[in-house]
This record gives sequence, structure tokens and C-alpha cells, in this order.
Amino acid sequence: MKPEPFQRKDLLSIRDLSPGEILFLLDLTDSFREVNEREIKKVPSLRGKTVVNLFFEPSTRTRTSFEIAGKRLSADVINITASASATKKGETLRDTARNVEAMATDVVVVRHPASGAPTYLAAELGCGVVNAGDGMHEHPTQALLDLYTIREHKKEFAGLNVSIVGDIARSRVARSNIVALRKLGANVMICGPSTMLPAEAESLGAEVTTNVDEAIEWSDVLMALRIQLERGAGTAFPSAREYAATYGITRKRLQGAKRDLLIMHPGPINRGVEMSPDVADGPFSVILEQVEYGVACRMGILYLLSGHRGEESPPDVGGAEEPSAGEKAGERRAKDAVAH
Amino acid sequence: MAREELGSDQVRRTLRRLAHEIIEQAEALEDLALVGIRTRGVTLAERLADNIEQLGDIRPPVGALDVTLYRDDLDRGGGARVRLQKTALPFSCAGKDIILVDDVLYTGRTVRAALAALVNFGRPRRVRLAVAVDRGGHELPVRADYVGRNLDVRPDERVRVFLEESDGQDAIIVQDSPNFKKFRYSPGEIETRAEAPEESS
Repeated sequence: MKPEPFQRKDLLSIRDLSPGEILFLLDLTDSFREVNEREIKKVPSLRGKTVVNLFFEPSTRTRTSFEIAGKRLSADVINITASASATKKGETLRDTARNVEAMATDVVVVRHPASGAPTYLAAELGCGVVNAGDGMHEHPTQALLDLYTIREHKKEFAGLNVSIVGDIARSRVARSNIVALRKLGANVMICGPSTMLPAEAESLGAEVTTNVDEAIEWSDVLMALRIQLERGAGTAFPSAREYAATYGITRKRLQGAKRDLLIMHPGPINRGVEMSPDVADGPFSVILEQVEYGVACRMGILYLLSGHRGEESPPDVGGAEEPSAGEKAGERRAKDAVAH
Repeated sequence: MAREELGSDQVRRTLRRLAHEIIEQAEALEDLALVGIRTRGVTLAERLADNIEQLGDIRPPVGALDVTLYRDDLDRGGGARVRLQKTALPFSCAGKDIILVDDVLYTGRTVRAALAALVNFGRPRRVRLAVAVDRGGHELPVRADYVGRNLDVRPDERVRVFLEESDGQDAIIVQDSPNFKKFRYSPGEIETRAEAPEESS
């Protein structure tokens, strides 16, 4: 497997990507990491570009990560959250997004509770769209930063045993990670109570177990997922205490683990539920590294999606879609006027 | 087609001459540091450092600069095509006598980007530019202080500096446009100059 250039307008899902494109994005993350290690952590490459974080769900880590990433590249970053937006006044997603684009935005980063919302926007908008988590579908940048973190420690993906423990069925992080890891040749095992395991586990190419000790013993890397009560996880088990007793990753459980096991968590952690504090802060944990590399990963994505416009075909393409093509051309002229 | 402007012996002698000039004009060899612009500039900087060490008994530190993030042509399709590499400066530029090293000076935009990048790593006392080839056609007010060879080539031609470390052979080649991408160093495809190279130097 060799890296191949990523030349898409949008980053919507891991499923779309070839293994080569994933490796390309991991290599790019590596290059941007160097910028974050400098004394002056800023480069001018996206000067004059505008990145809008359009978040219809609460988020601290991902939004901050994209915001820092954009700012380190000198882009202007604007945050719009659903609670403070015109959505409250009844505006549709499409209208909100088209208004954002009309303000000469180069990249829109979207988080939305509906699966597929970023894909819909990508088709509607001429600017780049990044999926920052959509419903129970995908969270591609999280998978990329997780893969980068794994590669930093394990070097190769082929033959690596990675288990994911928790609410797999409702988790977009799990879905993106399973797909990405399988594409790069890692073995994936998912683990959780049967009420939390997806029906399509086999088609994703993952092994399934309900025994967390088995998963721990088998693993080179173990990802624990947050129990997402806001997505209805509370209906899948009797109580958080029972889940913690049966599936929580504790130091005692890790006695059967490999010596070089890597413990990961996409955050935010429910300490004492899916993971005990001594494991989260313990020697196997790379949780804060994941956060650190997330910024570099997102810098790479914003950099690529802001630069794609020069290669775009001219806007006057179809006769059938005359009005919308004309509109787009108008928008693009407006953007060009801003750029020059 | 491609024609050879300088062969391996000439490249070696040229680098030696540049090292002499750098030493001659340095105020203090201890303050000297070489910064190569990726990719070929770094190899050239290492070579110059080797030569300076042989001649002056002191090896200046060598850094590598990736200027991709400082370029002004991201919108022209540079984003996805250029492979971004790391900048690695094992020293602070503050107070240093920096020699920026690149293979070919053409528009001057790479040098402008390099200067913008460099100031983020401390304030150098002085920055000068050394290039293997100056091919003219500058679009910015940039000139080199140390030039291996001035070449007068057409805008549709491309000047390539091949180095043993990356290409298996030292040579400076001028190519016609159709071969820009696929061209690798291979003696069969290169036409050696008929006239004595000394005349043109």
C-alpha cells in the first residue's frame, strides 16, 4: 500500500477513501505535527481563507481542534452553534449552509445529529465540506487521528489486533475506525453487550465478542467508547453501574493484557463507567496524544480542502441546471473578488 | 530531449568553488549555518558543509526547510500535489550567518517563501543565498549571492539538478517540456555537449 494524493472537494466518510488516500492523510498529519512543535506555531498558508465550524451538536474537543487547526494555518475561523443560530428561528439546514457559503467561505466543518447531513451539504455547496461527526454514521477525522496515533506506536497496521469496546451500534467513531482499520489490514474485534452491537458487524469485517476479558487478552490496541446516554444508550443496559462492572476497563481487568497494549478513548470520558481513572491516566493510555495529533490531522484536512479550488472545472457545465449554475458562478466571482 | 550542461566532475568542482567563496566572505565561520530548501537544496547544503569542513576545519550545521506552507500559489493546485515534508532546523537562527541553499533559482518565489519561513525560527544576523543554477526569469527582486552556473534557457525548458544521493549521478540537465514529469536520470536520454564546457563558464 502506497500513499496516493487526496484530491477530493470534501471529506465526508472513511468509506469513500482508498487505503492510499488514508496513508496520504496520515503522512500529511506527520508533517503538520512539526508546525505544532515549533515555538511560533503558525504558518501563513491559509491566509485570507475562511473556515466555518457549523455545529448542530455540543462539542468541545472537535470544535476546538478544528478552530486551533484553522488558526495555526492563518485562516479566519468562525464558530456557529445551533443553539445560537437561525436554526432556532426555523431556518433549514440548506439555507443556513448556503448563507454561510454566500459569505465567501472556503471550508465548512459540519457536525449534525442527522446521519448524511454533511453529504447533503457537500452536494449543495461549492466550498469544501468536512464531516465532523454526523449522527450514527461517521466521524472521519477522529478515525484518522486514531490511526495516526496507532501508527506512531505500532508502525504497521497489517495483522494488528484492535478491539473497540462499548456502544458500537450507535457510535460513528467506531464505524469510521472499523472501516479505516480494515482498509489498512488490521484485525478488528468489537465488544459490548449484545444490545450495543451492530447488526452489520460481519459485513464490516469485524469479529464480535460479548466478553471483555477475551477482547483485552487479544488486543494490541483497545479503544473504549463513551457511553452516549444522549443517543439512547440508557435503554441498552440496566444501569451505568452494571455496565461499568461488566464492561468497564479497569486495572484489574488489564492483568491479562499484552505488555505493550495501547489504551485509547475518543473522549469525553465517563470516568468510572467505560474506563476507570487509573487506566485513563495510566501507562497504557495515549488519550492525550490522540487530542494532540487531532490538531495536526485537521490542519492537513483544512489545508487540502482550501487548496482544491484551483483545479475545479469551470462552473458553466450543464444546460438543465442553468439557474443554479449561474448562481454558483456568481458566488465564485464574489469569492474571487475577495481573494484578489 | 535533454542536454547535459554540467557533468559530475564539473558539479563537484562547482560546489568546491562555492564553498571557497562562502568561507572567503564569512565573518566568523562559527556563526555560519546552512539551510537547504527541500528536497535538492538540503542535499546541496550537506555537500557544501562537507566542502567547508575540508577547507576550513569547521563543519557548519545544516538545516532543512520545507517552504510549502509559505508559498503564495496554493490556489494554483499546489495543495494536493506537493508532498509536504518537515522543516528541521537543529539550531536557532538568532544571530546566525545563514546561507540559504537551493538547486535552481527561477521565479524567486521559493526564496521569498523561505525567507518568510526562516524568520519564524529566530532573527538571523544575515541571510545569503547560494544556488547551483540561476536560470534567470526572476519574478521578484531576488538575486543569489553564490551561483554555481548561470544558464540562459527558454521558459518552456526545465533545469534539473541531479545529485548522486537522490539520483545516482551528479549532473545539471536541461529538458524540453514534454518530458517534465517522467524524466529520471538515465545517460541514454542525455545529449552531452559537443563543445568544450570551459568555453561557456
